[in-house]
Amino acid sequence: MSMFNIFGVSGSAISSQSQRLNVVASNLANADAVAGPDGQSYKARHVIFQSVPMGPQGSAGVKVKDIQESDAPGRRVHAPHHPSADAEGYVTHSNVNPVEEMVNMISASRSYQNNVEVMNTAKSLLLKTLQMGQ
Amino acid sequence: MLKQMTARMDFHANALLLRAQRQQVLASNIANADTPGYVARDFDFAQALKSVQGGASVSPVALTDARHLRLGSGDPRQAEMAYTVQTQPAQDGNSVDLDRERANFVDNSIRYESTLRFINGHVKTMLSAITGQ
Repeated sequence: MSMFNIFGVSGSAISSQSQRLNVVASNLANADAVAGPDGQSYKARHVIFQSVPMGPQGSAGVKVKDIQESDAPGRRVHAPHHPSADAEGYVTHSNVNPVEEMVNMISASRSYQNNVEVMNTAKSLLLKTLQMGQ
Repeated sequence: MLKQMTARMDFHANALLLRAQRQQVLASNIANADTPGYVARDFDFAQALKSVQGGASVSPVALTDARHLRLGSGDPRQAEMAYTVQTQPAQDGNSVDLDRERANFVDNSIRYESTLRFINGHVKTMLSAITGQ
């Protein structure tokens, strides 16, 4: 029964989207982090999705292929009295763009909801199929 | 005699299988709405049902030589998959139009349910015919 495959497909999408949501949460939590003792500030992370063939003809799930760190320059703030300031008096903050992350978050949660709805529809159709001929 | 009783059911059974297959394809499209480079897929339901009924696969390309490769699965029970056209081209090459896919998904699930009802109605008719009351 090919409909059972929907749970695999939508399930993979849900787990990928929740991983994306996780990464967004980590980025937002570190949005104001300044460089640690090693001089390296927090780099924003982004998930890269990839489709994986699943079951017969045409159905494809999703997986997280990679989590990449953004190489955008960190936000530099002039604060000469800050303990982490460099020789020129600048403090390097993380390169997280909060606006971008919020948009990412909304997109991830909408996709998650979409896939939950797909699973619910598939479930109710399968339950009705079970009652066929009764 | 029995064949006459089940002939109409066969049609609905084929339709139900194809609806289930299409539901799965649409679910894949929705699942991959954020995957870069993913191209949405779908198939022509009417064409697929015709090909299942006829028993012969309708190939989009004629095979004029025995050494020609066949396009598609060649199995009449499996629909010939096609790629959807981009409505709003995206930078990342993803061609899923979520609104269209969701509309198709709801449409397909209602049609699946109506096919189920046709089957149930047919079963009830046949049952009342053989109980003879």
